Parts: sequence; structure tokens; C-alpha cells
Amino acid sequence: MSVIAARNMTVAIGGRPVLRGIDLDVQDGDFVALMGANGSGKTTLVRALTKLWPLTRGTAELFGTALDRFEAWHRIGYVPQRSTAASGVPASVGEVVASGRLSRRRLLRPMSRADRAAVRDAIDVVGLTGRVRDPVSHLSGGQQQRVLIARALAGEPDLFFLDEPTAGVDLPSQQALAGALAEVKRRGATIVLVAHELGPLADLVDRAVVMRDGRIVHDGAPLADHEVHDPALGDPHTHHHHGRPRLSDHAPEIRLGPGGRA
Amino acid sequence: MSFAELLSLPFMQRAMLAALFTGLAAPAVGTYIVQRRLALMGDGIGHVAVTGVALGLLTGTSPTWTAIVVAILGAVLIEVIRERGHTNGDLALALLFYGGLAGGVLITGLAGQSATKLQQYLFGSILTLNAGDVLVTMGLAALVIVVCVGLSPQLFAASQDPEFARVAGLNVRAYNLAIAVLAAVSVTVAMRTVGLLLVSALMVVPVATSQQLTRSFRTTLGAAMVLGTLASVGGLIVAAFASYRGANVATGPAIVLLSLAGFVVTWPLGVWLRRRARLREPFLGVTPDEHETTDHPHEHGPECGHLAVPHGDHVDYVHDGHRHAPHERHYDEH
Repeated sequence: MSVIAARNMTVAIGGRPVLRGIDLDVQDGDFVALMGANGSGKTTLVRALTKLWPLTRGTAELFGTALDRFEAWHRIGYVPQRSTAASGVPASVGEVVASGRLSRRRLLRPMSRADRAAVRDAIDVVGLTGRVRDPVSHLSGGQQQRVLIARALAGEPDLFFLDEPTAGVDLPSQQALAGALAEVKRRGATIVLVAHELGPLADLVDRAVVMRDGRIVHDGAPLADHEVHDPALGDPHTHHHHGRPRLSDHAPEIRLGPGGRA
Repeated sequence: MSFAELLSLPFMQRAMLAALFTGLAAPAVGTYIVQRRLALMGDGIGHVAVTGVALGLLTGTSPTWTAIVVAILGAVLIEVIRERGHTNGDLALALLFYGGLAGGVLITGLAGQSATKLQQYLFGSILTLNAGDVLVTMGLAALVIVVCVGLSPQLFAASQDPEFARVAGLNVRAYNLAIAVLAAVSVTVAMRTVGLLLVSALMVVPVATSQQLTRSFRTTLGAAMVLGTLASVGGLIVAAFASYRGANVATGPAIVLLSLAGFVVTWPLGVWLRRRARLREPFLGVTPDEHETTDHPHEHGPECGHLAVPHGDHVDYVHDGHRHAPHERHYDEH
């Protein structure tokens, strides 16, 4: 089943095009890494798919429902790009993770037994057992990222969007994160991961989608980190007409413009 | 007349009820405002509400109700400016605040009211409340408390991380507006107790004090409400006692100063607790060599004075910028 189906998705921010005609299909159970340089449109693509940014043109469907009508938020787990999980007032790990359960809770009802179990399980999966009562501000940056992932996990979603969860995170936390995502993948969830570099997550990725200047320039087999930044991958400033590696056989979305530019 | 008799007088009883409810309600909204790092929002609403009071004085209607209407309009406008995220949003807010204060003083003058009348609202006049005022205060404060506590999971999530909350299906804009309206209501509720110019103190200072010691949002909210009540009722009694002894002590400033005194007392404690918490974190990047136990004048243990941190199946001791785990004849560095 197609979990994400985007056709000609175009987003302009302040009149400037940020996404230009994105076509993307993600199947149930895929682990997709969305890669590319800063400013290539990865984050905007995720924000458009989560309805945080309106589409200028084109359509997108989540679980077969058009984005405008999509309301099944409990099926979506979102880990926004954040350097911290803390705010102006202390909050415990348990409280932050429990807020991920709100998509399944009704107003003015206390947490049910199932809610508590899901919160506990989410904290266990990211390896923060025993720190439920600690304030998030006392955790390291990597541990705070894990709290944000646990918060998304607590809603038991079918589709995860993770925006740069590994940016600026120490190696032990990256490994804990990889462990958590492996468990999420094993449970059958679909994962869209925005990453600048994959690091320890590379083994989990089934498919890489590389973006440049708001377009998809590669969609297919996972790439090593250095290949993503290969100038041959459609960099507009270097025109490699000759010997351009044929990167992908099964990516009909790539439309080559004049001069081999994607 | 004894001091106890003074406290049992009807106007004191009304004042105590108003102080109790105000002290509970103001920090409840204040917690969410501090969580959004908008600690000065209450001040802004307070300034705008001055115009509301003045409109009440000009038109001869109850200043409480005109203040509520104008404060809500101001709070919603502040929220809209904030949500739009204009680059000079804080400038727009500053203009709004000055306009509110200047407009209020101007209109009071036009209404032919003396400055003393406006001063009741600027600095509070809790001892002049009549029974109707107290009922309105109690009703509005109860509304604020019920919403802030009842919707706390949603309000917490929307304030903690608005983008995540939106993707979790919450109507974040509605919750933001709810906070703005509740803030405006508490400003007008507290207006008679501590006055419009000091109202923000009762919303923010108890929260600042409680978060020195707390580790979770729920306890911060609860402790702030308790501290706010202690400060407002305590300040009222202190002011009454001082007046009983012949000194002229205004209630509003007494409440705010008592609240600040609580912060001054707890702050060093908070600094010490945070320092301790930082030491519990693993020291990254430094891995000094393991060294012989003979380097140490003592065995690490519960009594040795070094901070003990449980670490998996053993206990580490924080020691000169690194963590020791006793291991046979030497210490491992963790």
C-alpha cells in the first residue's frame, strides 16, 4: 500500500520556490532517507507532508487520503528539527513523552492504562528507562533527541517523519537512536528520515532520496555519505556532461533538463 | 481592637478571599506564559488594560468589565502579532503597550477623574472591594484555574512544542488564543489585588521560584499556585499588620515583595541543585587514565563526600572532574 503519494508537489515560501514539482511514493514499511545539502528542501518537504506548510501546487496523499482532508494524526509520528526538548519551565522526560499520546487521548480524560504502557514502552525503546522523572533539561543533546523520538513513538504511529535527529548528536546517542529506529522498523512502521549524514543509521536505510534545489535528483539505492555530496548529482554549478554516472534505473521522477540538469 | 479582630472585619474577609483566588489563578496561567518564554506578556496586557479601566471611568460603566474586554482584545492582538512572527514583532508589542498606558491616563483625564481613582487600578486597592467585586473575582479566577488545570496536557504540549502539537492533531492556534484570553482575564482579576502595573509579578515570580526546585511541569504548576497563594494572602496579612501598627503599607507592593523574597531565598538552592545535576552527567571527551587506588587517601564509599552516581551495576564517584568506579586495585574512568 502506498503510504505517501505526492504528485507535482510545489511549495513557495515568500514567493520563492522551495519545492519544485516533487513526485514521491513511499510504500508501507519503507525506510527512506531524505538527503541533500542545506537548503535543498528536505525539511520543507516533510513540513508540507505534515501540513505545517501549505502546498502551492500539486497534491499529496497520506494513507490514501488527500492531505487537505487528512485527520488521522494518530497514524503520524513527527520528530521536528530541534536542538533541545526543553522549554521555559522544567518538564520531566515522562511528561514530554506523554504529550506524544495526545493524538489518541480525548479531552479531559486521564491517561488510560494503555496510554501509560505506551509511554513506558516508548521510553524503554530509546534506552532512557529509569530517567522518566528526570527533567529533560538535565539530559545531553543526544538524550534529548531520544526523548523527542520517544514522544513520537508513544502515539504508536504507522508513519514516522524524523527531521535531522542525528544533527549534533554524540556517537553513543546516535547508536542508541539507530537501535530505537531498528526496533520501530521491525514493528513494521514506515520511516522518512531527513539526514545530512547517516552515520550509524546507514544500515537501516532501504532507499535514499536525494534533493537539490527543491528537486529530487536521486531516488533509489542508499548512497554513502560522500556520494550524496558528489557534484555529479545534479549540482547546478558544475556541468558534467560526460561520464555522468547513471545513478538510478528505477527513478522515473527524474526529469533531465537542458544540459543534463535535474 | 486586636489584630485578630481586624482580620475578622468584613472588608478584610473579602480581601482575603480575593487574595486567595487571585493567588491561585495568576500563577496557573503564568506557568504556561513562562513556558513559552513570554514572561513580559502579562505586563503588556496590564498596560493595555489601563485604557480599558479609563474607558470604564469615562463611560460610567464598571471598569472591571471594560478592562476585561480591552485586555482580551489586547491579548489576542499580541498573540496574532506573535504568531505572524514578524521580524519587528517585539517593536509592535512595545508600541501597543505604550499606547495602552498613555491612552488610559489621557482618557482618565478626559473623564474628569482624578489620578487617585486610576491609581486604585494601577497599584491595587484590595481593601475597597465590595461583595459583588469579590464574587466576580472568585468566578473569573475559578474559570482560569479550571481551564489551566483541566486542559493541562493539551496546553502543555502546545506550549512545549507547537509544531509537534499540530502534527499530533491539536488545534494549537485555539490553545494559544485560550492562553491569551486566560492571561487577560487573570490580569483583570489581579488588577484589584496587586494593580495593573504589578500584576505580571504575581503571574511570573511564583513560577520562577517554584522552578528552582521542581523537576516536572506538573509540580511546577502546583507549587507555583501554592506559592502565589502564600504570597498574596501573606502579603495582605503583612500589610494589614503593618497598618495596624501604624505604618502605611500598601497591599499590592507587599504581596509582590513577599513573592520576590521567596525567589531570593530559593534561588541559591536552585543553583546548588542544578550544579549537582550537571555533575551527574557523564563527562564527555575526557578519559583520563585509570589510576591506582593508592593515589587516594581513602576508599570511595557512601561516607566519602564525593557525589555518588548510580551507573548500571555499580556506583561511580565524581572526583576532580572525572568519574571513578572502583575496580580491583584501581579506578576505572567513566
